[in-house]
Amino acid sequence: MEEARYQVKIEVFEGPMDLLLHLVKKNEVEIYDIPIAVITEQYLSYIEWLQSMNIDLAGDFLVMAATLMHIKSRMLLPAHEEAGEEEDPRMQIARPLMEYMRIREAAKRLEERDVLGESVFLRAPEPPSLGEGDGQPLLQVGLFELIEAFQRILAANPDQDGVTFSADTLSVKDRIAQIADILEQRRTVTFTELFEPGAPRAELVVTLLALLEMVRVGIIRLVQYAAGGLIRVLYA
Amino acid sequence: MEELKHIVESLLFVSDTPLGIDQLTNAVPGVQAEEMREALSALQREYEGRRGGFYLQQVAGGYQLRSRPEYQSWIRRLLQPQPARLSKAALETLAVIAYKQPVLRSDIEHIRGVDCGGVLRLLLEKRLIRILGRKEIPGRPLVYATSKRFLEVFGLRDLRELPTLEDMEEVGLAAPEAKSRLSDSIATNGEPAGEKVEPTGQKSLDSEESEVL
Repeated sequence: MEEARYQVKIEVFEGPMDLLLHLVKKNEVEIYDIPIAVITEQYLSYIEWLQSMNIDLAGDFLVMAATLMHIKSRMLLPAHEEAGEEEDPRMQIARPLMEYMRIREAAKRLEERDVLGESVFLRAPEPPSLGEGDGQPLLQVGLFELIEAFQRILAANPDQDGVTFSADTLSVKDRIAQIADILEQRRTVTFTELFEPGAPRAELVVTLLALLEMVRVGIIRLVQYAAGGLIRVLYA
Repeated sequence: MEELKHIVESLLFVSDTPLGIDQLTNAVPGVQAEEMREALSALQREYEGRRGGFYLQQVAGGYQLRSRPEYQSWIRRLLQPQPARLSKAALETLAVIAYKQPVLRSDIEHIRGVDCGGVLRLLLEKRLIRILGRKEIPGRPLVYATSKRFLEVFGLRDLRELPTLEDMEEVGLAAPEAKSRLSDSIATNGEPAGEKVEPTGQKSLDSEESEVL
């Protein structure tokens, strides 16, 4: 026999924090002084109700249920006499709840600002009409093109004879930060521009490693407008 | 000064991104930063006085001409832009990153109490957040921060312009005397992002907690 399907207006909560905050507001209690028994009961009955409606529950809801019950049980235990300043067990949720509430308010305030594309607008930018990039598809740069390009750079920077001990070697991490800064300011830069002519070979290698790591992690993309053309570095 | 104002105005007119003082002084040789700032203030005052269709906004470390919010309904009729609203989840996630950066996905999920994968992908696609790198702990998780675009879209000069988290009190929820107790424990996490972080990659990678890469 088929279950009758009812159209019910369900208050959907995205997560346990959302639900908990709703209960706190509904019961008009203070976050730092939550009547744990009442709140836990309401929380559990909501979870049960959701489950009875065959709505899939994220595991996070159940973790929170367990946390609430744990706190409730701790509250029921008699206080130790010799115990030092034992923290109110409710702080375990009061703190994150308070933080969550502030973030929610912050998000609301963000939305209330004059958002670009919503309340304020820019003069529409002119798409590039002539020159590189007009209508031409961007090609993903393959590994071999990259190697070739790097080899060209190495060839243009012949290795210095002799060994130089340099105190200030640039680490890959620092170079990544530098490249990120350049992109923040300039939005795009060509592959070759990042390799300074005359730089010690170690620095060239570090730059290549930095670029490879940034691509791997997904921070940047390397593109070409035509096979064998200039390689450009763009934010992903 | 008149001519400088007009030159700067034309530069602002043609640029689609906020122009910084450096970019402006590079474009106008022989002019010092101070003079440039005066010209910009003068322009700003002129636009305020005129209350015309646009104004000069200080945003993302630069200056940009923008239409006034008063005229948005007409503009929308002309442009018929795609609705640009972010979902509640996206906004919350964005707020967490804005205030807590540099931050890990697990931190964000801990604060919000929900999975954030899809939202993070969306925010990355919209270029509102960026990946700073990886944290050198088991799992090598990605570290997130807001981007320059975030500042542009929300009209912020820099991250310091964000209201502090302490200012966020929903009415009727926190009583004054307890607020100080709670604030103390939250203070370690909720300090204004300006202390820790800059919009560019350099400083945030050196924060005391994270050994990135």
